[in-house]
Amino acid sequence: MATLAEEESEWEQLNRTNWRGLGITDPVKSVEDKWLLLPAFLKVKGLVKQHIDSFNYFVDVDIKNIVRANNKVTSDVDPRFWLKYTDINVGFPDRTDLDAIDKSVTPHECRLRDITYSAPILVTIQYTRGKNVVRRPNVNIGRLPIMLRSNKCVLTGRTEAQLARMTECPLDPGGYFVVKGTEKVILVQEQLSKNRIIVETDSVKGVVQASCTSSTHGGLKSKTYVATKKGKIYLRHNSIHEDVPIVIALKALGIQSDKEILLLTAGNTDAYKIAFSANLEEAAKLSVFTRHQALEWIGSRVKVNRKVVGPRRPAWEEALEALATIVLAHVPVVGLDFRSKAIFVATMTRRVLMAMDDEKMVDDRDYVGNKRLELAGQLLALLFEDLFKTFNSNLKSSIDKVLKKPSRTNEFDAFNTMQFQGDHITSGFVRAISTGNWSLKRFKMERAGVTHVLSRLSFISALGMMTRISSQFEKTRKVSGPRALQPSQWGMLCPSDTPEGEACGLVKNLALMTHITTDVEEEPIIRLAFMLGVEDISLATGTEIYGPHTFVVNVNGTIIGLTRYPTRFVTNFRRLRRAGRFSEFVGVYVNHHHRAVHIASDGGRICRPMIIVEEGRPKVVSDHIALLKKGAVTFDDFLRKGLVEYLDVNEENDSYIALYESDIVAATTHLEIEPFTILGAVAGLIPYPHHNQSPRNTYQCAMGKQAIGAIGYNQLNRIDTLLYLSVYPQQPMVKTKTIELIGYDRLPAGQNATVAVMSYSGYDIEDALIQNKASLDRGYGRCQVLRKNATLIRKYPNGTFDRLADAPLDENGQVQKKYDIVQLDGLAGVGERVDPGDVYVNKQTPTNANDNTFTGQAAAVPYKNAPMTYKSPVAGYIDKVLISDTENDQTLIKVLIRQTRRPELGDKFSSRHGQKGVCGLIVNQEDMPFNDQGINPDTIMNPHGFPSRMTVGKMIELLAGKAGVLSGKLQYGTAFGGSKVEDMSRILVENGFNYAGKDMLTSGITGEPLEAYVYFGPIYYQKLKHMVMDKMHARARGPRATLTRQPTEGRSREGGLRLGEMERDCLIGYGATQLLLERLMISSDKFEVNACQECGLMGYNGWCTYCKSSKRMANLTIPYAAKLLFQELMAMNVVPRLVLGDA
Amino acid sequence: MPLPTASASITGFDPRRHVGVHAERVSHVSSTDYPGHYPDEDNSWDLDKFKQKLKLKVQRLSNRSIEFDFVGVDASIANAFRRILIAEVPTVTVERVYVWDNTSVVVDEILAQRIGLIPLNVDPSFMDIKENPTDQATDRNTLVFRLRVACTRNKNAPKGSTDPKELYVNSDVLSSHLEWVPQGEQMTVMAGNPPAPTNPNIVLAKLRPGQEIDMELHAIKGVGKDHAKFCPVATASYRLLPDIILNPNKPVPPHLAEKFQKCFSPGVIRVDPHTKDVSVDKEKARNESMSREVYRHPEFEGCVQLARVRDHFLFKIESEGFYPPERLLPEAISVMRGKIANIRRAAEALLEDNDGPRDVEMADG
Repeated sequence: MATLAEEESEWEQLNRTNWRGLGITDPVKSVEDKWLLLPAFLKVKGLVKQHIDSFNYFVDVDIKNIVRANNKVTSDVDPRFWLKYTDINVGFPDRTDLDAIDKSVTPHECRLRDITYSAPILVTIQYTRGKNVVRRPNVNIGRLPIMLRSNKCVLTGRTEAQLARMTECPLDPGGYFVVKGTEKVILVQEQLSKNRIIVETDSVKGVVQASCTSSTHGGLKSKTYVATKKGKIYLRHNSIHEDVPIVIALKALGIQSDKEILLLTAGNTDAYKIAFSANLEEAAKLSVFTRHQALEWIGSRVKVNRKVVGPRRPAWEEALEALATIVLAHVPVVGLDFRSKAIFVATMTRRVLMAMDDEKMVDDRDYVGNKRLELAGQLLALLFEDLFKTFNSNLKSSIDKVLKKPSRTNEFDAFNTMQFQGDHITSGFVRAISTGNWSLKRFKMERAGVTHVLSRLSFISALGMMTRISSQFEKTRKVSGPRALQPSQWGMLCPSDTPEGEACGLVKNLALMTHITTDVEEEPIIRLAFMLGVEDISLATGTEIYGPHTFVVNVNGTIIGLTRYPTRFVTNFRRLRRAGRFSEFVGVYVNHHHRAVHIASDGGRICRPMIIVEEGRPKVVSDHIALLKKGAVTFDDFLRKGLVEYLDVNEENDSYIALYESDIVAATTHLEIEPFTILGAVAGLIPYPHHNQSPRNTYQCAMGKQAIGAIGYNQLNRIDTLLYLSVYPQQPMVKTKTIELIGYDRLPAGQNATVAVMSYSGYDIEDALIQNKASLDRGYGRCQVLRKNATLIRKYPNGTFDRLADAPLDENGQVQKKYDIVQLDGLAGVGERVDPGDVYVNKQTPTNANDNTFTGQAAAVPYKNAPMTYKSPVAGYIDKVLISDTENDQTLIKVLIRQTRRPELGDKFSSRHGQKGVCGLIVNQEDMPFNDQGINPDTIMNPHGFPSRMTVGKMIELLAGKAGVLSGKLQYGTAFGGSKVEDMSRILVENGFNYAGKDMLTSGITGEPLEAYVYFGPIYYQKLKHMVMDKMHARARGPRATLTRQPTEGRSREGGLRLGEMERDCLIGYGATQLLLERLMISSDKFEVNACQECGLMGYNGWCTYCKSSKRMANLTIPYAAKLLFQELMAMNVVPRLVLGDA
Repeated sequence: MPLPTASASITGFDPRRHVGVHAERVSHVSSTDYPGHYPDEDNSWDLDKFKQKLKLKVQRLSNRSIEFDFVGVDASIANAFRRILIAEVPTVTVERVYVWDNTSVVVDEILAQRIGLIPLNVDPSFMDIKENPTDQATDRNTLVFRLRVACTRNKNAPKGSTDPKELYVNSDVLSSHLEWVPQGEQMTVMAGNPPAPTNPNIVLAKLRPGQEIDMELHAIKGVGKDHAKFCPVATASYRLLPDIILNPNKPVPPHLAEKFQKCFSPGVIRVDPHTKDVSVDKEKARNESMSREVYRHPEFEGCVQLARVRDHFLFKIESEGFYPPERLLPEAISVMRGKIANIRRAAEALLEDNDGPRDVEMADG
């Protein structure tokens, strides 16, 4: 307790205005190492905090809300029966095997055994049994796949040693699911924000429209428009057939007088009044004057889709219901008080009027503040709600079925019925996550490709996938807006990391410090706003709302009230937030254009932390950082003490943020923590990215994910479909702070190659690289490729089963060559070499596996061979063999086969600057140039790669790397910082090297000095996964397709190389007829047919079946595909006749 | 053809003798003393003249490296020795690895590669080259080693220790674990100097209790151009003797003398403490690293010309195998002589058969 008080007093010390003899007027000392807040932030939040937070929110909060909203099951048969869910909890992952003693399960076991890492969903129920009310806790209703490293995961909060015992990598970020053994990520989905008004214009059609997508907790979603049509304004909604004139809509919402309508929409602005007047006229023309008339008008146009056939309700009632529940559903209608909804519609109308008057008043759809990110938790919540409702309705119908029976032997217990509900919820989750199809009929949601398999190509590719955001925009649309870099993206989304090609700009990545909010309850916030002096909106009229000094206060898009002192209100509100009186993720900002104060507490907003500046002084000072360094405080302390706060995009836009301390002026409100956090994790690997041409950084972001390296501390325990590992990975000589933060220095993917930037031999054109053979001999660029081969040893429904057999003997009693590695258990031994064509799992299947009528002895069944043979043209080694069983008791066999590869001609390499190249020549060491120290380069890169690419960062990397090597230190190439070129040059000069990094080399071939100095030093090179061995392909003869008898297609089927249309055109143009004939027919699908010159049809054996004669038969050679075409045409009742002539 | 440069006018720079080191380029790279290059001069090769010019002086010799001056030869000759040292002086290293058991985390292929790179202290002259990989292994061409290591817990480990070296026995597999298995007459021939790695402390793999390695290793004789593991040297390279030519017509201003001195490697430039006169220490000039720093400062423009002596090679060879460093150059020379003898035989064969051109079989290389 004493230490706590001490600590507290230490904080107090720091926060005093007059502190250690320094007053406010004293010169500001710069906050050294304020970037240390970043590791502190990541320590608290982790790299994939958004996924984990969202999942935790779902499991801890949202799931309870969903159950509360659907907590009662009743029976249509017995009105006295009811069943109530009083509580729901998600347990910890456990083993489902019934006979297991140790129920604990680790994610890695799930990966290996192809099972799902899931936890039971336990509910507490209360229900009537006879005349009693029974309470039953911990009733299992299904299983929920658990996100790794979430609250419910067994890995959370474990030390490195404990993780090692669970064969789990401490650097693995988590945030994904293990479903049926595969790692699945639910990508972040980007959407337009809900419940907010967006005003747009269509300049072609001259339409102005304000739209609002309502989304309430019931999951119901609908979009309401207020749009112009021929100069008049209408309200449009899917559930109403016809566009409703806005005045009618407002009248139906209870604003009857035209004066009031005009006040609420146009206010006192003359221009708006004139623009609006036509609408009032229209309502009059339609002779709608009263509320009732308006409701009748709308009611006759409402789509009614109710299944229950009851007495038909009058039209006005239909309209009332539609307006209350469907149109703008998110605006609450309490009782039949439509006031706030009317004001909302009026506001939308006013926004349209404003945009009609001044076209600058439209909103930007692409503005990041208008976007919301949907995360795993939200998607799972939707899925759970759907599954739970279905579960309940199934439960209800089976309860009804039992209750319908007039006489029962024992008392009806709903619990038993519940136990027999099957695994609807479990299988629903597993199906959705493993296929990625979120099809929820109930919410009209049909989304495919929501989940992706976590790419484990490299550590960076896995990490990059966790920060990825996919947009809902169609990729085919040719609009540049959504793809363009948005200024509001600053600091939130990485400006470099986006793919090239069709998804360019639509798939984005989070920056290093971004956080995505989860929902915060809004009622307390509203109450607080009222306490801070907001006047209730329902008491206000148009004059007040649009009065000269009033600002409208919105909470999550809903208007709640008015304030006359927006600045004071916002300041007070922020002060309370900084004091920790409510969630730090509630945003508030003033919109001066719309004269509104917006408070946002909804989930999915992007935000990031910033240092608060007050009176021109950052609140974080060096001593805070010193405390942080000591480990005495964490990031949360900074938050709690109001030194740092989160800003979302909208609030950021309302703040005055200094990039560096020197930029702080009187009006400054915030200070950036560290500029390099505008980049994401993947772009953070690039040294000196601020010196590169921007697209090069983007290219590196794509290539860094293909680099072969270490993928995790547990990489040797993994059995993945395809695993690329580097034999000797090195951490880069030139690091960045991001590299250290994400752990790339512990799981690197590349090697520090000594590079000479010079021309050599002519085999280096077009970015090809020259490699030193001795370096390759010594292990540079060496990698391992491990491939999984899995099979199931099945038990069939008819009682038969697969089996493993030992190697068969040939007639001489010898084991055949292709079985030589198979041991007595039918499996290849670990460590054995597998040559092409070898059998490594000698499986046999019963011949009558699918014969369900079979009843005989399973052991006496004849078996046929179904061995697994090794297909690759290059030998491999058996790395691991796993025998296990899956959840449904089938024996699972996985064999991991390893190849070790040294770089060869054509293998792809890349530096960290988007400079890729293939190996063009491998040169003996003695032929390589060498410098005065006798150092040979590992790689020679052609200097032509530089002028057009402008990757100055790569040059500085070389310089810094060389200086690092000479001084025995790692250098930093952090974005907007890093080691300075001047310092690097100084180190070089001090060590007797040229300041520019250029060395005098001697040719290894002639022995004479080279006439130019050569830029020479270490550059971090990545070996990319594209290797010649996996791609090279040639065919002389080989398999053909059955139908057409033409050569097969593709390398995997040993296919032919197509002479395509354009190549054909060349041959035609050249007149090479015989070559054409050979390529297209003789070498492909030549076929001899007999054709009858009489009837023109094909016969056979010199006999025309049509003419019943052999007189005029001719022999000709045609492509088999042509013959096939003729026959197919004949099958369609078209007769192709051959007319033969002499050539 | 001498290239006209601003500094070329400085007296003392001799394009016949010097390689010019300029700010952004190197000039006069090739030698010109061959017949027909200069009119009225006979530069044909002459043994006496060559003998007179050729000098070889050892500057430094240590256990593992040698530095010597090789003066009076063309770059092609010096380079030939360098190349032969790297690629063609034979050594003996492990070529084939038969794995009986390997439960370590280092997989067979990689462990085999690591073992191959261990230098062995075997005199290659005792062995024959195994011409063909399919040839029968004999005691003349193959050495056999055994690597058998198993890791166990150390029962006497100090309590609370976390150091694997204390906790386990054989936690590191070292090159010293290689155990020579004499074959045939090898026991008698090699008894004086039993084959073993030159460095006993090379870590090959790390083991933990329960892991075990059992392998049979076959070492053969080979040359560096086949695989870098056969290379007898760590580096074998040379640089040219630096020459710093001060311009007598434009002396270094006295107040800049110290700055001038700092532009060169330590000790290369002497500054007279009184007169601040600048002079080159001829003895230490060889240490100049040729950083060209002096060209960076405009105030020294024209004061100095950097050059290197074209036929003065400062060799440095680091041995990392069987050969003591001083034996490497003689080995290279004997390889070279072998090649010359080969060519000579071929040439003589050509001369003998005047019947017409016929293919002459030459040894590889």
